[in-house]
Amino acid sequence: MANGLFEKGAITGIGETAYTRGSGKSDIALQMEASLKAIADAGLKPTDIDGVIPYAAGAAVAEDFITNFKLPDVRFSATTPLGGASCVAAIQAAVSAVAAGLANHVLIPIGRNGYSGARIGSRVQQMPQFRIVGEYEMPLGTLAPAQLYAHMARRHMELYGTKSEHFGKIATTVRAHAAMNDNALRQEPMTLEDHQASRMIADPLRLFDCSLESDGGAAVIVSASERAKDMVSKPAFIMGVGEGHPDSPSTITQRDDMTTLGTAKAAPRAFEMAGVTHKDIDVAEIYDCFTYIVLCQLEDLGFCAKGEGGDFVASTNFKFDGDLPLNTHGGLLSQAHIVGMNHVVELVKQLRGTAGATQVKDAEIGLVTGYGDMGDGTVAIMRA
Amino acid sequence: MEIERIHPLPNPESQPYWDGLKERRLMLQQCGECGTIRHYPRPVCDHCFSMEVEWVEASRRGTVHSWSESHHPFHPSFKADLPTMFVTVDLEEKVRLVGVLRDPEATLRVGLPVEIRFEDSPDGAFSMPVLVADRSAGG
Repeated sequence: MANGLFEKGAITGIGETAYTRGSGKSDIALQMEASLKAIADAGLKPTDIDGVIPYAAGAAVAEDFITNFKLPDVRFSATTPLGGASCVAAIQAAVSAVAAGLANHVLIPIGRNGYSGARIGSRVQQMPQFRIVGEYEMPLGTLAPAQLYAHMARRHMELYGTKSEHFGKIATTVRAHAAMNDNALRQEPMTLEDHQASRMIADPLRLFDCSLESDGGAAVIVSASERAKDMVSKPAFIMGVGEGHPDSPSTITQRDDMTTLGTAKAAPRAFEMAGVTHKDIDVAEIYDCFTYIVLCQLEDLGFCAKGEGGDFVASTNFKFDGDLPLNTHGGLLSQAHIVGMNHVVELVKQLRGTAGATQVKDAEIGLVTGYGDMGDGTVAIMRA
Repeated sequence: MEIERIHPLPNPESQPYWDGLKERRLMLQQCGECGTIRHYPRPVCDHCFSMEVEWVEASRRGTVHSWSESHHPFHPSFKADLPTMFVTVDLEEKVRLVGVLRDPEATLRVGLPVEIRFEDSPDGAFSMPVLVADRSAGG
């Protein structure tokens, strides 16, 4: 079981739309555009797709892809409703499907108008997974992820001495990568002083600790590994995957340890399946809805012990040519909030050697995470 | 235009909690089989899996677990209240509660003793927990 899905599947196609604030397109059109690019990148025809995992919180269902692409025989469809952890959870589901022979080429699309459509603050109340905080916390005025997650960050700071400057180092490093990426929304430089001067949103989270609201779509194709070897783009083989839900998954308030995410359960499974250690990771694309969530995941992934995230961040060079290259595309913080599918796409580019200005030299093995819905964590480890 | 506020939508399992707040009583679910207290209200005891429920009145005493001060108006109905300090409290009954701090003099720290009080929502539709430092306990 330890290596159950080891290299059973590979990402064979990637696609992204332009990331904007004002796409002028529907959510569904963004997903179709990204999907067509991913299918073409894989050297497939749309009609080769026989599995679809639509974004659980999005507008499109599998039937939309069958209709638009005239798919003759979709044999596998599912959804993975884990908020920002959904995309990597969908990779786990897709690899399971291709490993079992249920499908050959599974399309995982995402696309939304997170800026010009329903924006973050108004959207959360309508999500069924937030029913519990919706009844007990939101009527008091604490309703947005920044507000709810701030309690985790404050607790971490009080217990372990973590500082806002640690969050700032993450924000400025990721911004520096966005500045080198033409398809990033925020390319102007950010200094630590800029970070510290940015307005308070939900203390201790400042504006520059928060991810962007943006429009765009991204998609990947997961294919059975034996087919991937003969396809046109260099495959990224999926070595290990893991999904984890924290205790008290629906409300942070009631969680015994609110400084630990579901990532802490997912990561050991992914590393064991992959048969690699942290030293083997050449590049890490870590879900960055908030800077604190990156720091916390670095602990829960095992790059450092719980409570040591501040010191680890302070002493690690996260630049693309540094110790542990982090969010080499600019992340949700500075490229765009594409629910982490932009992280998956970036990891595949890094492993192909096509990541452009922030290409990590000799990147062979990389890690991507998802995080969402109050603490769910997902991890995938891939190789070139 | 009047701004619509966010209201709780109680269900049969949670109605006694909201009724209690209206009556200035903090009511918690207690398992009818094993006696474990749980919060937020839900149908099953995660200790013994019984669905038998009793309601007990809590002490309203606890200590600070964490906090966050909101500055950004995520919903227009809360804009006038900003900044607002939300506190996660460890209740004596070993469950947690979120409340708004109504004590401008309090200096928050993990472990600070606090007392839960009650306040009606501005539109009077429901009552909610608020809190102050419990100076009789060193808060």
